[in-house]
Amino acid sequence: MKRLIYLLPLALFMVLAGYFVIALRPNHDIHELPSAMIEKPAPTFDLAGLGAPQPLALDALKGHPFVINFFASWCVPCRIEHPLLMRLAEQNHLPLYGIAYKDKPADSTRLLSTFGDPYRQVGIDQDGRVGLNFGVYGVPETYVIDSTGVIRKRFVGPLSAETVDKELLPLLKQLGQS
Amino acid sequence: MRNLFLSLFLLTAFAAHAVEPSERLSNPVLEARARTISSQLRCLVCQNESIDESGADLAHDIRLFVRERLTAGDTNAQAIQAVVNRYGQFVLLKPPVEPATYVLWYGPPALLVAGLAGTLVWLRHRRPSPTQTMPLSAEEISRLNGLMHGTDA
Repeated sequence: MKRLIYLLPLALFMVLAGYFVIALRPNHDIHELPSAMIEKPAPTFDLAGLGAPQPLALDALKGHPFVINFFASWCVPCRIEHPLLMRLAEQNHLPLYGIAYKDKPADSTRLLSTFGDPYRQVGIDQDGRVGLNFGVYGVPETYVIDSTGVIRKRFVGPLSAETVDKELLPLLKQLGQS
Repeated sequence: MRNLFLSLFLLTAFAAHAVEPSERLSNPVLEARARTISSQLRCLVCQNESIDESGADLAHDIRLFVRERLTAGDTNAQAIQAVVNRYGQFVLLKPPVEPATYVLWYGPPALLVAGLAGTLVWLRHRRPSPTQTMPLSAEEISRLNGLMHGTDA
């Protein structure tokens, strides 16, 4: 029985190795931070619309689940996910709304007219205050918000076809039914 | 000459702060509080710098946000909590002491104490107890006496 104490270092090593396995697993970005806003009501916003007279307001979007995508014309990773957003907008009737984060309206407009506009509506957040309220620390970031206005999911960085198929679309479907 | 180097060195030391003149509040008390808060908040873009030191755009935005909150009458704790509500506890450069961070705060001292205790126990077990020392036999005593007095030479 007393011999068991010699197994203690091995046990401690296994615990440590467990932490490493979790922290260094593939497809895990160590710079991705846990969000403080999950399962909390989305911060309210009422932004001037880009190229449209009507504003983009949270209260007007409530009632059905929707997706908010923070983007900017100066944002390189946004270009990576842009074709995917275009495809989703065409195929899936995704309720996708854009927020132009710290971007000049003229630049956002040029981006969307050059590469296509996947958004139902775009709001202008030129000083980044709405982004700050959401806890955005880098674009692109994508939020899934349910019909009562609660943030259910956050994606940091460009969306991939895999995360859209396995996480975003199933979640939207589930939210739409409940 | 040495004084010149010293003053140059001190000048560069102060240049590390990234607070822009346009951000400063006219009220020096509020500004000082804002600086104190800024030095405790992590810039999320360059994760090892405080927002007081960082030139990142996001750091600039959070500095302005903190100053707005202070101007609106927030206490230091309220202003910090407002940033934590948005960005999570990771923004705090010094994590609070709470159940989730007990391992972080008390782990290293606990390991040190455990190591010292283990070493003490080990040392104590190694020391032979006096009762286990066997007395010399009669034969050994006579041989020792012979050696000591040189009679067998």
